[in-house]
Amino acid sequence: MMHRIGAIAFNTFREAVRDRVLYNLVIFAILIVGSSLLVGQISIGVERLVLINLGLTAISLFGIVIAIFIGIQLVSKEIEKRTLYTVLAARPVRRWEFIVGKLLGLIGTLAVNAGLMAIGFFAALLYMTHRFQAADLHLLSALYLIVLQFVLITALALFFSTFTTPLMSAVFAFALFVIGTFAEDLRAFAVMAGGIGKYIATGLAYLVPNFAALNVISQVAHSVPVPGQLVFWNTVYVLVYAAAVTSAAVLIFERRNLK
Amino acid sequence: MGAIETFSLEKHYRVGFWHNRLKHALKPLTLTVEQGEVFGYLGPNGAGKTTTLRLLMGLVFPSAGSARILGRPLDDPWMKSQIGFLPEQPYFYDYLTPKELLGYYAALSGVPARDRGRRIDSVLSRVGLADAVNVQLRKFSKGMLQRVGIAQAIVHDPRLLFLDEPMSGLDPIGRREVRDLIQELNAEGKTIFFSTHILSDAETLCHRVAVLNKGELRGVGVVADLARQVSGQVEITYEGTAALHSLADNAHVSGNIARVVVADRELDRSLDLIRTSGARLISVTPVQASLEDYFLQKLEAHSASEVAR
Repeated sequence: MMHRIGAIAFNTFREAVRDRVLYNLVIFAILIVGSSLLVGQISIGVERLVLINLGLTAISLFGIVIAIFIGIQLVSKEIEKRTLYTVLAARPVRRWEFIVGKLLGLIGTLAVNAGLMAIGFFAALLYMTHRFQAADLHLLSALYLIVLQFVLITALALFFSTFTTPLMSAVFAFALFVIGTFAEDLRAFAVMAGGIGKYIATGLAYLVPNFAALNVISQVAHSVPVPGQLVFWNTVYVLVYAAAVTSAAVLIFERRNLK
Repeated sequence: MGAIETFSLEKHYRVGFWHNRLKHALKPLTLTVEQGEVFGYLGPNGAGKTTTLRLLMGLVFPSAGSARILGRPLDDPWMKSQIGFLPEQPYFYDYLTPKELLGYYAALSGVPARDRGRRIDSVLSRVGLADAVNVQLRKFSKGMLQRVGIAQAIVHDPRLLFLDEPMSGLDPIGRREVRDLIQELNAEGKTIFFSTHILSDAETLCHRVAVLNKGELRGVGVVADLARQVSGQVEITYEGTAALHSLADNAHVSGNIARVVVADRELDRSLDLIRTSGARLISVTPVQASLEDYFLQKLEAHSASEVAR
């Protein structure tokens, strides 16, 4: 079982690499180098703050965009191109193994991509500040939480792609990302609502993926540490949420006629 | 135990805006394919051949009925590792080379890592792709992709092969090679179930065939037996003139020699006519019916019964 999931995940990673997904790193590099040169000249004293905000936001957004655009095609492309037939038809591969393999493959791709971007980002930071500070360690927590965002959005994109068109999947996944970015506000709003609306609003506020909790960029940019507890509970939250969404994707996919 | 057994296997889809009309892709099909045989699954385009294969492969789910492959249910993992499948017009991950692609499939099929390299090399040379092992599939022609398709179907040395239109997209030499390969694989003891609408392929390769039309099984049996079922005809050649034209399907006269084809049951009357009119009989030859005749007869019978309805 594990070796089949591993083979599918590796193939997904290989596909992304050969489809030149990692070319986004070039754009990222240009962005980081350009901005670190520019920021140094226009914002004296707050270069570090600006660079961290910009660098981490770019790492996060690049990853989210790739996660959505590849995630929505993970299953639909294989069905449309009928490459799925030779994987599922006459091999001892369960449909859930296929879904989980594809998911892990894309998450792996995004993690490697984010890792490479992080190296570029730290290099730019070192170039600007000349030496690392203890507060820079918090950046690693922020990066870790960004990867957790990727896990969540990939699971969502994959879920939508098991039953709707790529375009609709992209719209749904992106909409949920935007709404999820305001999840904390939604929860605050739900508390203020009255009557039955309160329950509905609370339910919805807790149902949307909480991307807000995974974004600590401005915090670490101001050298505020990220509590270990937050990191731990966010990890649990993302794993449970992604597992639930992926299970739903599997349930749908298991019943689908692959015409 | 048959290699493939279907019991009233059936598939229909709901079509129309309200999903209120039923479209029968496959009407209840009961069929047994024995171990070790080459079985041809024949029918015109849209007959339900591919639907049957997709049902057997677990890609679509039956509306009713059931099937067993190698005595196991359709989702049995052990059974799945013992079968190979070539889909119709196969398409593969075109960013891979044949070697990488087969490596991936071999891993999924559970071929041990130490055997993979050897198996892949031997399979690729067997399908004639030894020179293109490291070329990305996006540069392959249709015929080469078909060969890759066959290679992936046999890379894990399966006992039973399902081939959907294995000759399509191949040139005459390629078709010949695939025919030879099917025979070789069968000689190694593998059961082969292949669908085709090209009857000459089925006639040369198959022990038994099934004829399918409009989702319905029209006949199944040994090729020679089926051909024999077609009403027999004889060709009569004679010299002189005789009023045979009313009995004959077609008549060909060149000079003084006439050649006519008549139904078996008209033979005596024809010979009487030749004798009484003073013509000289040269030869009487039975006309061999082919699988094509059987096939066309089955298809025509069906359309005729539909018109009558």
